[in-house]
Amino acid sequence: MSLSKHLRSAITEEMDHHGGPRAAMLESLRMIQQEHGWVSDEHLEEAATLLGVTTAEIEDVATFYSLIFRQPVGEKVILLCDGASCYLNGAEDVRDAVMKRLGIGFGQTTPDGKYTLINICCVGGCDHAPAGVIGRNRKLVGPLTPETIDEILGEDAK
Amino acid sequence: MSDLRKIIIDDREIEVDPAMTLIQACEEAGIEIPRFCYHERLSIAGNCRMCLVEVVGGPPKPAASCAMQVRDLRPGPEGQPPVVKTNSPMVKKAREGVMEFLLINHPLDCPICDQGGECDLQDQAMAYGVDFSRYREPKRATEDLDLGPLVETHMTRCISCTRCVRFTTEVAGITQMGQTGRGEDAEITSYLGQTLDSELQGNIVDLCPVGALTNKPYAFTARPWELTKTETIDVMDALGSNIRVDTKGREVMRILPRNNDGVNEEWLADRSRYVWDGLRRQRLDRPYIRENGKLRPASWPEALSAAADAMRGASKLAGLVGDLAPVEAAFSLKKLIEGQGGNVECRTDGAKLPAGNRSGYVGTAAIEDIDSAKAVMLIGTNPRVEAPVLNARIRKAWLAGASVGLIGPAVDLTYDYDHLGTDRAALESLMGGSHGDEIREKPSIVIVGQGALREADGEAVLAAAMKLAEETGSGLLILHTAAGRVGAMDVDAVTEGGMSAATDGADVIYNMGADEIDIDPGAFVIYQGSHGDRGAHRADVILPAAAYPEEAGLFVNTEGRPQLAFRASFPPGEAKENWAILRALSAEVGKTLPWNTLAQLRRELVADVPYLELVDEVIENEWLPLPAKPLGKADFVLAISDHYLVNPIARASTVMAELSANAKARANAPMAAE
Repeated sequence: MSLSKHLRSAITEEMDHHGGPRAAMLESLRMIQQEHGWVSDEHLEEAATLLGVTTAEIEDVATFYSLIFRQPVGEKVILLCDGASCYLNGAEDVRDAVMKRLGIGFGQTTPDGKYTLINICCVGGCDHAPAGVIGRNRKLVGPLTPETIDEILGEDAK
Repeated sequence: MSDLRKIIIDDREIEVDPAMTLIQACEEAGIEIPRFCYHERLSIAGNCRMCLVEVVGGPPKPAASCAMQVRDLRPGPEGQPPVVKTNSPMVKKAREGVMEFLLINHPLDCPICDQGGECDLQDQAMAYGVDFSRYREPKRATEDLDLGPLVETHMTRCISCTRCVRFTTEVAGITQMGQTGRGEDAEITSYLGQTLDSELQGNIVDLCPVGALTNKPYAFTARPWELTKTETIDVMDALGSNIRVDTKGREVMRILPRNNDGVNEEWLADRSRYVWDGLRRQRLDRPYIRENGKLRPASWPEALSAAADAMRGASKLAGLVGDLAPVEAAFSLKKLIEGQGGNVECRTDGAKLPAGNRSGYVGTAAIEDIDSAKAVMLIGTNPRVEAPVLNARIRKAWLAGASVGLIGPAVDLTYDYDHLGTDRAALESLMGGSHGDEIREKPSIVIVGQGALREADGEAVLAAAMKLAEETGSGLLILHTAAGRVGAMDVDAVTEGGMSAATDGADVIYNMGADEIDIDPGAFVIYQGSHGDRGAHRADVILPAAAYPEEAGLFVNTEGRPQLAFRASFPPGEAKENWAILRALSAEVGKTLPWNTLAQLRRELVADVPYLELVDEVIENEWLPLPAKPLGKADFVLAISDHYLVNPIARASTVMAELSANAKARANAPMAAE
């Protein structure tokens, strides 16, 4: 499956906007991920050709950022904060509850392909601690408790 | 120059170009700055931090001297020149700190590392590091890459200088290598684990400052301090790359490039670097004589007298000069054969090179002229395989903004070019001036391949190329594929009418290493050469000779630069040096050549061809344009089909055979996957 027409034109636009192919690499990757959930080899290579950079160059950028996914992820990516504020406000209990509910650990995807759980260091949501970020649109949720976790996940899953 | 800038480095005041970086200025001042990532022929990365220096009056922290230009330094309050220190306490502390960090994840497995003894990290840790580490935590380990049969990887030793990444993308023009991940997870990788598809990949072994990338065929066979190093000349292509041959006892263990800005800079093609195992296989180590259709071992006196008898009784005698023959051998053969009333010929592939007209068989341009060219016109050539290092130079010019045009089969040259056509008509229309404005920019250079000159209309193609060069004011470079060809042309080892005139109807043929051709049945063949290749199979008498690192000799490269090759090892068994065999044979036929030593031979040679004395110089050739002739209609064909198997030495090499098979598999793979 190759990149959609509008994604291709968006990538070319970014190139003009940011003043060159190298500057547009990161935004291109982000847009591909926004649309497809992750960046496949095929899409990466296509973007490289489109931008006129080498595949190795764009791969370097993609792997530098841990939130550009180079492996398939679940429909919903759950990023749970393990920063200091969240830790102090009980993030560990929330983490355990989520893991128990989904039956997976950090860096894993549920067998039905619905959820991927990832730990993240501070999402800038200390006022909502313990916080998390959910879904492709990166919606900030919190304060989370082990009791409300089902609700939040359940609501979001619908 | 008036815009030089004064700068004081360690109390030494020097004047330098302000565009220079501090590391270059320090070198100018004769001060050594340790470095890992910086390399003068690659872009600046500034990531190893080993080259830190103190800039007095600047920010109170050390500065990376590879990434800071002299023009960025501020003068003192009263306009005094800026002061840089490379030996202050701050610099010492900074270097020790950087070294400690670099060694954190380095395994320190020097005793089992092939780089040991010639390792930048080892040397610089000795010179600038401290003798202990405060690091107690576990070290990082990474998985090794499979880069193919030439480069072995031990990625745990990598210090992420990215020299290999920069070389492959900038010089070699391939896209596979990169640095993925971040921080502790940062790794040099090859995209999706691909092997390297480049004919220059061996150079990353030299560039790697640690033992992360090492020479696979040479792995664990020798330590650098056991090797005898001989500086000599490569013969795998006609570029005449400057090489160093490392030997242990009689065996050639490896081949490395030497720096020569005018020829190969400091790069070397893989087939030149890894061909050495071909020197050990298929060697002719004693004379043979064919009896009742079978070759039998013979003694030298027997073989020489059999050869002499045949030559004396010949009604038409022809001598063929092979592709790898040094000038002295070609010269001796010419004197020997012509003394017997025969003819010699070196254009064994049928190239229509004009005898005696150096502007026609060498051209007028030097290899170095490519650097400054604004336009490069390639005619009937694929420089990527005919002379890979030269191709890297064209790529360098292209990166600097030169435009490249190509007439001939479309090939991947690692840079973009304007494909102007595949046949003679394209060349003709180019001369009319109807298109190709960009190739008319100056200075420009026209490069003609041997494939363009081998056909029946080769002379016409050359005449047209010369006319094009004249019209556009370009330099002309005839790109040869045979290392010995220009030298043999220089001593006029040619026959009026070319190959067919020399060999047609010849009843005795003296074949000195011409293994790329078939000799018709009928003639009595005396073969002098190093390997049991095509020439030896067709021979009636075999005189075993030295291969290129086993004898001294003069080679003239494709731009007409004579270079001296030195002997690094010895011919195997009873094999002898080429000139010595010819001298011995001349005594046997009764017309002794007038020299007893190589030095005497060279004196005679220089008396005949004076410019051969100008070693490492490219003389200007008198421009003698050829008369225009009607061009044919055919498409251009390329001179080389399999560039890993270009000569008997390469064909005897298992490494080259593997590379050749891999290249074929790679060429077929995309189709199989679709």
